[in-house]
Amino acid sequence: MNKTKHLAFYGMLAALALVLSYIEAMVPAFFAVPGMKLGLTNLVVLVALYRMGAKQAMVINLVRIVVSSMLFGTVVSLWYSLAGGLLSGVVMIALKKTGKFQPLTVSIAGGVMHNVGQILVAMLMMQTSAVAWYLLVLWISGIAAGAAIGVLGSWMLSRLPETDHMR
Amino acid sequence: MKLKKQDILLLAIFLVVAVLLGVGLLLTRSAGATVVVRTGGETVAEFPLDEDRSYTIEGIGGTNTLVIADGTARLEDATCPDQLCVHQGAIQYAGESIICLPNQVTVTIEGETEDTGVDVVAT
Repeated sequence: MNKTKHLAFYGMLAALALVLSYIEAMVPAFFAVPGMKLGLTNLVVLVALYRMGAKQAMVINLVRIVVSSMLFGTVVSLWYSLAGGLLSGVVMIALKKTGKFQPLTVSIAGGVMHNVGQILVAMLMMQTSAVAWYLLVLWISGIAAGAAIGVLGSWMLSRLPETDHMR
Repeated sequence: MKLKKQDILLLAIFLVVAVLLGVGLLLTRSAGATVVVRTGGETVAEFPLDEDRSYTIEGIGGTNTLVIADGTARLEDATCPDQLCVHQGAIQYAGESIICLPNQVTVTIEGETEDTGVDVVAT
């Protein structure tokens, strides 16, 4: 794939991730615990990871986080998103690299690690360790959200043939 | 999509950790005695849990109204956009907390015996 095509692909997927961020930001109070969300954008990262590659998925992930924090978030929320996005991104890439896990499992691990990253930042920022209950709630919600995204993502992947077209 | 043995093993580990966390929290749950209010990590107020009162917390980015009633504490009102802390409802057991991320406010219940030094590590 030539450079221009590549650039267009990055832009398109980053835009798609942003739109999903926006949709999610529109229904904030739906979940009663801070940090609990579906992580729709992880769908894009998951597909990018399996069809484009680790580096590409991470770039799209980071661009999405920075831009969506500037558009819909605050400086504080940027740190939470970055910690969650980086940790889940790294874990998902590592698990995929082993070649032993299905996309569903990779997605669930990503969902859980996203929330663990956020809890770690909360502990640092608030100088408190009284977040054990959050860890439990967000751990479970991370599994649930990761599973939902994983099922959806696996279905998408089964319909997107593995070609060099996206690499 | 077919899950393999490794998948099931890893997913089982995730679930076991969740159960262990839950059981651990339930076992160590004890009655709360004090409500501690912090903004940006600094303790700004402490109240006994058994005295009813209402208190306005001046957070970093806005205010939250703390209400202590019937041995439970809750945030009744907040200036933050998402209102997640308000939706969270009341807390009463030692170690439980309400966190308002936008205003950097935490409301934590602490137990009868002075804390186990966990907070010392955090500072």
